[in-house]
Amino acid sequence: MPVITIDGQRLEVPAGKTIIEAAYENGLQIPHFCWHPALSVAGNCRMCLVEVGMPKRRPDGSIELDDTGQPVISFLPKLQIACATPVADGMVVRTTSERAVRAQEAVMEFLLINHPLDCPICDEAGQCKLQEYAFRYSRGVSRFDEEKVHKPKRVIWGPTIVFDAERCILCSRCIRFANEIARQPVLTFVERNDHVTIELYPGTEFDNPYSMNVIELCPVGALTSRDFRFRARVWEMSFTDSICPGCARGCNIRIGVRNNEILRLEPRRNLSVNQYWMCDQGRLTQYGFVNYNRVDGPHLRSAVTGKLEPVSWEAAYDAVAAALRRYKPEEIAIIGSGRLTNEDAYALVKFARTVLKTPNLDFPRRDDPDFGDDFLRCADRNPNTTGVLELGLKPSAGGVGLEELPEKVHYGAIRLLYIVEEDPAALSPQLRQALEEAEMVIMHASNYTESTRYAHILLATTTYAELEGTYTNIQRRVQLLRPAVATKERERYQGLQMSRWDKLGAWNDRWTHGPRRDCRQTWQHLQAIARLLGTLWKWRRSEEVFLEIAREVPSFAGMTYQLLDAYQGVVLGKGRNPDPVPALQYESHVLKP
Amino acid sequence: MNVTQNTEAQRMSFWERLYIPEIVRGLSITLRQMFKPKFTRQYPEERWEPLGSYRGRPVLVLDEDGERCVACGLCSRVCPALAIEVQAGETERDKERYPVKFEINMLRCIYCGFCEEVCPEEAIVMSKDYELVFEDRESAILDKEHLLVPIHQLQDRLEFLRRYK
Repeated sequence: MPVITIDGQRLEVPAGKTIIEAAYENGLQIPHFCWHPALSVAGNCRMCLVEVGMPKRRPDGSIELDDTGQPVISFLPKLQIACATPVADGMVVRTTSERAVRAQEAVMEFLLINHPLDCPICDEAGQCKLQEYAFRYSRGVSRFDEEKVHKPKRVIWGPTIVFDAERCILCSRCIRFANEIARQPVLTFVERNDHVTIELYPGTEFDNPYSMNVIELCPVGALTSRDFRFRARVWEMSFTDSICPGCARGCNIRIGVRNNEILRLEPRRNLSVNQYWMCDQGRLTQYGFVNYNRVDGPHLRSAVTGKLEPVSWEAAYDAVAAALRRYKPEEIAIIGSGRLTNEDAYALVKFARTVLKTPNLDFPRRDDPDFGDDFLRCADRNPNTTGVLELGLKPSAGGVGLEELPEKVHYGAIRLLYIVEEDPAALSPQLRQALEEAEMVIMHASNYTESTRYAHILLATTTYAELEGTYTNIQRRVQLLRPAVATKERERYQGLQMSRWDKLGAWNDRWTHGPRRDCRQTWQHLQAIARLLGTLWKWRRSEEVFLEIAREVPSFAGMTYQLLDAYQGVVLGKGRNPDPVPALQYESHVLKP
Repeated sequence: MNVTQNTEAQRMSFWERLYIPEIVRGLSITLRQMFKPKFTRQYPEERWEPLGSYRGRPVLVLDEDGERCVACGLCSRVCPALAIEVQAGETERDKERYPVKFEINMLRCIYCGFCEEVCPEEAIVMSKDYELVFEDRESAILDKEHLLVPIHQLQDRLEFLRRYK
């Protein structure tokens, strides 16, 4: 393999790589705007100019050595762009030499000539690549006294994206993304010189399932989300690493929270799952239900008014235990969910098999062939189908599945429905009728839905953003979710990510008053009820449930939360020898606290 | 431990130990002041008009064409006492952003003037207002309605900033 030297550091790099790839794979940095590892090389920003030299050779081909025995390096007369120069054996690269620094400063000055001083208004401020480089690689003063070129602002590109031509630095990342990843080639450069701008082809719109990825891709704030626009400055939010619950792909995401309210979701790099992207659907629809329409605290349906009345947790658990004792095991049917985490699914299966001893255990599939595509989106809209099946959430021998359930309820064979984080009434009219006809309906739910209208006992559960747990995605990869939103039980200082305001604000500050819901994770409910029914379950954290899964279920063997964190998720059955993490861990630009 | 050597009393001369001359001297100073011009201000009736350099209650500038603030949140970020809360929204004006909510908690404000210094639009300035009385904690949180002040009332401060900032 060729051996190259970057800033005095010797690196062994596979042939065919470019200098910038070699640098980023080895933890070095070279300033750049247009290069992105997932896109083709354009080489038009000129920010990555570096000094490149090769050992000087004599006419006979041997390398000339100086007095100390080191090869004499002859540098190329002009600087080269690191993103398009392949490595060669013996190559020497200088990124901080006087000539390279002069070039970086010159490029920054050119870019900043017509860049508006919009930072106070711009959503990108605080995580902007241009801002960051203006600090690190520019001279800090402007010599430009003339009027800046004005271009159109607030250009609507599509249903999700607004384009600001003035802020654009013409890196062409969005054009290449549209052509290569989204496969909707509708963007192009127009005009010449300093009037260059990006436009849509006439009569087209930038609206594909992955269009919003250009927002993070854009090194400046030229592309902004119509959904998020101006809702918060980035430094006011805390960002928590989590997994998108929108479909079975399990795209890695970052949850942006301010005042205990989710404001946006953005993709997080995981080269084994979603690379750098996520779909618009996930980004736009997977946070609203955490903020609104939540079940807060346990509720019992009052015999007098027929309405759900809030009660204490003890009273609710007592009522559930009493109800479960009243019916025979065969009369109880449990409807689980593909949205349960592995921990909750394990607890539910254990609850059904060892505590209730009922064979009637199933969960509805949520298949939407229209949603699936050949890139990230999966037809299976449940985030954890693989996981709950692996943990045995299916009817045992002689048990009643979802298909026969309405009939069995109708004829009185099944009298109690125990529904965990699922909304059967919205899925089919038959199931709705079953809910109506069941004598007793106990529900764990995070939101008020069609089905909660039929619940006799309603236990408030956490949504994916409030719990600690794992999902197993369609590639059988177990991935970790961390709580991003505080609940009554788990305050922000108890291990959640905190923004500056969360850290410094007092309890009576208005920005800390975001609602805390009184909700618990499903395994906590099940444990409390199981203890009332005479077991001695004592898990204290989700992690302990997961460790029990790792002990009991062979395919999870060897997995721990630390392992999942370190390897960005581990494939089932590989807990003892996880796949190595790819070397190129590239982060274009994020908020650096 | 009691100090008994080299005390103040030992060092005093006979006249000083008498105290009477010292008392007379003190009374004479008081007497002299009685006939000098007075500096006391009859406050509620006579008011003091501070100079432009005075840092009173921070206010938002209301320009001829509306508020200047673009809700960038820098004042809120720089505020050492975390007194300011801003929520931005989108508007049709040239500067696309405006504060939907702008609140200063005057119980937290320490009048340091950092918000004025950091403001890129010269939209928040320190006014001459020093009469800050609140009857409860909630009314000490000033919202946009209380904070916006027409620009002609702030000319002294803006002139001061133009010269010395």
